[in-house]
Amino acid sequence: MEYEPTIGLETHAQLLTASKVFCSCSSNYAAASPNTLVCPVCLGMPGSLPVINQRAVEYVIMTGLALNCRIAEFSRFDRKNYHYPDLVKGYQISQYDLPLCRDGWVEIQVSGGTKRIGIQDVHLEEDTGKLIHVGGQSLIDFNRSGVPLMEIVTKPDFTSIEEVREYVLKLRRILRYLGVSSGNMEEGAMRFEANVSLHPAGVAEKGTRVEIKNLNSFRALLRSLEYEINRQNQVLQQGGKIDRETRGWDDERGVTFVQRSKEFADDYRYFPEPDLPPLEISREWVEEIRSRMPELPDERYRRFLSEYGLSAYDAGLLTDDRPIADYFEQAVAIAKPRGIQPKTIANWITGELFRLLRASGTEPTAIQVPPEQLVELIVMLNENSITMTSAKHVLEVMFHTGKAARDIVAEEGLLQIADANQIAPIVDEVIRTNPDAVAQYKGGKETVLRFLVGQVMRATRGKADPNVTAELLRKKLSA
Amino acid sequence: MKLYELTIHEALNLLRRREISAVELTQALLDRIVDVDNDIKAYITLLPETALEEARLADERRREGMDGALLGIPLAVKDVICLAGAPTTCGSRILENFIPPYDATVIERLHQAGAVFLGKTNTDEFAMGSSTENSAFFTTHNPWDPSRVPGGSSGGSAAAVSADEALGALGSDTGGSVRQPASLCGIVGLKPTYGRVSRYGLVAFASSLDQIGPLCKDVTDCALLLHVIAGHDARDSTSWHAPVPDYTQALRSEIKGLRIGVPREYFAAGIQPGVETAVRKAIQVLADLGAEIAETSLPHTEYALPTYYLIAPAEASANLARYDGVKYGYAAADAADIWEAYRKTRQHGFGAEVKRRIMLGTYALSAGYYDAYYLKAQKVRTLIKQDFDRAFQQFDVLVGPTSPTVAFKIGEKIADPLQMYLSDIFTLGHNLAGICALSLPCGFCDGLPVGLQISGPAMGEEIVLRVAYAYEQATPWHTYKPALRNLSQNEYQMDKEHRR
Repeated sequence: MEYEPTIGLETHAQLLTASKVFCSCSSNYAAASPNTLVCPVCLGMPGSLPVINQRAVEYVIMTGLALNCRIAEFSRFDRKNYHYPDLVKGYQISQYDLPLCRDGWVEIQVSGGTKRIGIQDVHLEEDTGKLIHVGGQSLIDFNRSGVPLMEIVTKPDFTSIEEVREYVLKLRRILRYLGVSSGNMEEGAMRFEANVSLHPAGVAEKGTRVEIKNLNSFRALLRSLEYEINRQNQVLQQGGKIDRETRGWDDERGVTFVQRSKEFADDYRYFPEPDLPPLEISREWVEEIRSRMPELPDERYRRFLSEYGLSAYDAGLLTDDRPIADYFEQAVAIAKPRGIQPKTIANWITGELFRLLRASGTEPTAIQVPPEQLVELIVMLNENSITMTSAKHVLEVMFHTGKAARDIVAEEGLLQIADANQIAPIVDEVIRTNPDAVAQYKGGKETVLRFLVGQVMRATRGKADPNVTAELLRKKLSA
Repeated sequence: MKLYELTIHEALNLLRRREISAVELTQALLDRIVDVDNDIKAYITLLPETALEEARLADERRREGMDGALLGIPLAVKDVICLAGAPTTCGSRILENFIPPYDATVIERLHQAGAVFLGKTNTDEFAMGSSTENSAFFTTHNPWDPSRVPGGSSGGSAAAVSADEALGALGSDTGGSVRQPASLCGIVGLKPTYGRVSRYGLVAFASSLDQIGPLCKDVTDCALLLHVIAGHDARDSTSWHAPVPDYTQALRSEIKGLRIGVPREYFAAGIQPGVETAVRKAIQVLADLGAEIAETSLPHTEYALPTYYLIAPAEASANLARYDGVKYGYAAADAADIWEAYRKTRQHGFGAEVKRRIMLGTYALSAGYYDAYYLKAQKVRTLIKQDFDRAFQQFDVLVGPTSPTVAFKIGEKIADPLQMYLSDIFTLGHNLAGICALSLPCGFCDGLPVGLQISGPAMGEEIVLRVAYAYEQATPWHTYKPALRNLSQNEYQMDKEHRR
């Protein structure tokens, strides 16, 4: 029998607030020595009390708006009770039945169109400390304790891993656009929990749900889903039954394993957090937050198509990351009065600039080439001042040094030679030293001309105007 | 005149007139503690060196022309309130060696006002109890009769003030823990409105009920202390933004025309006849002063106790989860894994009453029971609050007994938790409703003090203090002191069994 999966996803995204969610300690723990960004509050010391970080609440509301959610008028925090050494108070302050945002959706691309994935709720909670196991001992770093975490819970609307993949990339793009999370999926800024069930194809009733916890990277999420779907499929194919249980993910062995069966299901004993008064969220505040929201990726994509006449492919590439889209639009604005088409700018960015970014592993926010300089380069190319070969070289130098395009051209003497009188002696020399190619050309193999042009370019270090050169060669060889 | 017998306002007058120094005063209190505390056992930790140093600084400030609301006044602090650098045990083995590196907000404010801290006083473990018998270290004795309890959980603070071992003290009140010991020790104790005083640095028992309050020799001292510790604190999100009035300005002996309600449920079966007699007489005094007295009803009073014993343990079960031996405090040795370490640490670190309440609370919050217990209790809590709201539409304050009995014998109720819980039957409701209430001496029954409870609406401290002051000025009870005749005059020593 053929089975189809149903998947639901919980995504934990760390928020990019300067301070932690319930105290004023810095939440930028990535480079800090262990246990240096702590205070009585985030250590859960006796008598300490939490105070809510307003910015964190704003970020969650902004995310809720971007995910088409209803924003609660009345929300509160709850205590989720469990014991673990990385959990300082023996409970995590989270939200249970009155989350900040609920009932939203995200549209993803699927084969044959788009699909809406339902968002059940978006809520705010605190991150835990981090256990470090060294030589049989366990150490705890509490720098991460109290870092704001946003949890985004979908409805069980996914029917394939590909949809999950699309959703996560889309969600990440939105969070990065909003500037609320780094979305860094391999460094724990986004972590996942999934629930998976299989049911016979064509049957409406869903199968027994299995939860997979501790998925600390995008890769782990996708691998674990693949493993779990296969595992459940095998069990069912052999006539077995799926148990309702919670499974962990062993990243090294690439398998899920039973953590808790249903009989021992966790009872977190949620109850309202008495140390934090409930939040009353005025509609004025929500609208004020909405007014500060940047344009979202989907809107921007559509605008790039209509406003700049870009292809769907280019618009997709350029709007994937907000800094790149910003860069493109800045360049376009500068280029317009100089008669350069958006398509030309798009080509340079998605071609050469992306190649340089990928090769060097540079973040788009750290590009050293200001949009003005990219435009300047294109202007020089259009004026025939430099050749395409030189232009690519200049961009690479700009990318690594941050120097201005005209300075590099001047320093390296890259101004194009368009004067036939200057190029003629070099053409003669190339004809003299490449008799075989010349013979082939004369024998009718015209494509050899490109090789000969290349030889002239090489001799002039790319400065000779290729059109003038080709014309000269043709003339001299047919003489 | 013995300096340790002074009230805070009397001592302030002498200090301001430079007739005494803070060092003299502090030394007198430390000597008094040496004389009597081996028998009273009010203090868990004494801080003689830092107290004298603080007193010296107070004298210096005064010489430089400065003053402070409590400059040079020696106080005691219940051992559930964090004082940086001093052990804060909460009367528990699990925090026996815990020294907080931070001050509670109330301590900061008292420090700024110039107070001197003599030491940390005994309490039922994590403030859970009504007699101090649940302290992991020892039981405090009632200065009026050492064979009896001082009440609790702030019994150490109440006994210290009653026995002249401190001019005033801080306690905490979750269900009567300031008012009941104040009543049993014959002093004044105030539970402020929830949110009036910052809870930052008060080790949490039940977060929605806990409130720090003063224990003093008279109503004026109470007003002085409250004025210093009250006010909004950015570190406590449940503290009110309301401005802090000068409570001493409310102390006028004139209460003519004030409407005073007497809830009939506070004279229910179980009240000791001598207590009822004393309280009825006190109400007559208020009537004689011109107040309009009328009987009223708080119909849900009988549900206060079960409601309290669902909500308080539920919150406590979470609040005490952090004591797991991982970061600070007692940690059991020889555990095979982290789960066994948790079990052993909490098994040996907590006493029986604390464990009982953690189990009660865990049960009340469990899946399948939450609606029937915790949620139902929250609904009843609302009804109890509405009882008070209705009453305060009609009356300025309510009066009744603080505790159904006078101080009971040590050991009398410790084996029967329910009997012990009933000791707070008249005080629990005010915590559930979040309103303010005060206990002050109103006579004696069998030679033991009886307390009159005066309660007011939320933020009604001024009217409560005013009625209390008027009553106090019209009666002699606050001038009575326990004789301490039967106490031995042991030489002071840091007795390891008694004081760690």
